[in-house]
Amino acid sequence: MKELSLNILDVAKNSVKAEATLIGIELIETETTLLLRIRDNGYGMEPDFLTRVLDPFSTTRTTRKVGLGLPLLKLAAEQTGGTLSIASVPKSASPDACGTTVEAFFHTDHMDFTPIGDIVSTVVLLIQGNPDIDFRFVHTMPDKEVELDTRDLRAVLGDEVPLNDFAVLNWITESLREQYGS
Amino acid sequence: MKSLQELAAIRERMKNKVALREANGDIRIVVGMATCGIAAGARPVLNALVEAVSKENLENVTVTQTGCIGMCRLEPIVEVFIPDQERVTYVKMTPDKVPEIIEQHIKGGKPVAKYTIGAVEA
Repeated sequence: MKELSLNILDVAKNSVKAEATLIGIELIETETTLLLRIRDNGYGMEPDFLTRVLDPFSTTRTTRKVGLGLPLLKLAAEQTGGTLSIASVPKSASPDACGTTVEAFFHTDHMDFTPIGDIVSTVVLLIQGNPDIDFRFVHTMPDKEVELDTRDLRAVLGDEVPLNDFAVLNWITESLREQYGS
Repeated sequence: MKSLQELAAIRERMKNKVALREANGDIRIVVGMATCGIAAGARPVLNALVEAVSKENLENVTVTQTGCIGMCRLEPIVEVFIPDQERVTYVKMTPDKVPEIIEQHIKGGKPVAKYTIGAVEA
C-alpha cells in the first residue's frame, strides 16, 4: 500500500464485516510516533482465529484463501520498528461487550514509514459505503486535533437523509479539510 | 469549523426530493474495494465516480462498494448494472476513465467497449 490511509480503509472493512454498528478510528501523533487504533463493537474473533489472523493464509473472504489486510498493516508498522497488536472479545463470550481493537504503532521518523496520505478520502468513502454504521474519527497531532463523529451528524439529519447523500458527503469532506487546514 | 446548521439545511432541502428519488429506475455502479482493489488504486476511482455522479446530479445512480470480485490482477474493477441490460465490467480502472464512462455509458447507455474486460483481456 502506498499510503497508510489505504491500509486503514482496508482494515476498517473487517469491522464492517463483523457487523459493527460503531467503528472508531484514532490517529495519535507525536513528533516522531504514530499510534493507529481501529476499534469496533462487532462480533469479535474466537481465540483460535485470533491466533491465526495475522497469517496471510487465514481470511474470511470466500473468493480465495488469502487475506492480506492485517498482514500488510503489520508489515507497515514493523518496517518502522513499530508493532501491531490485536485484542478481541467474541460475541460468544460476551454479547454486550464484544468487539475488536487493532493497534499499530509507527516510528514516523523512520525512513520506511509509509505516509498517512489522503485520510479524508478514506473516512469519507467508509461513510459512503456504510451509511448505516457510525464512525468516530479522531486525529490528534502535536498542534491540532481533527474530529468527526457521525452520531452528531445523524442527530441533525434525522432519518430522512442518509449519511451517503452527496450533499452530506461534501459537507463531511469540507469539514475535515477545513479542520486539517488544507 | 463547518456548522451543523448547514446539515440541517441539507435535511430541509432533501425533504422534497426523497419521493422523486425513489420513483426512478436504478443504475448501480459497483467498485471492488477489497485489499486487492485498494492496493491497485480503487480509492481514487471510487472517489472520482462519487464526485462525478454528484456533480452531474444523476439521481437515479447509486455508487456502492463491494469486496473482491475475484480477478485481482485486473483491479481496480468497476461493474455497471443498468436495468434490463447485461452487466458491464470495466477493468484496470483509473480516475481518467471515469468521465468517459459517465458520459457515454451512464448517461448515454452505451458501454465504453475499450475499457471493458472483453477488450482488455482479448
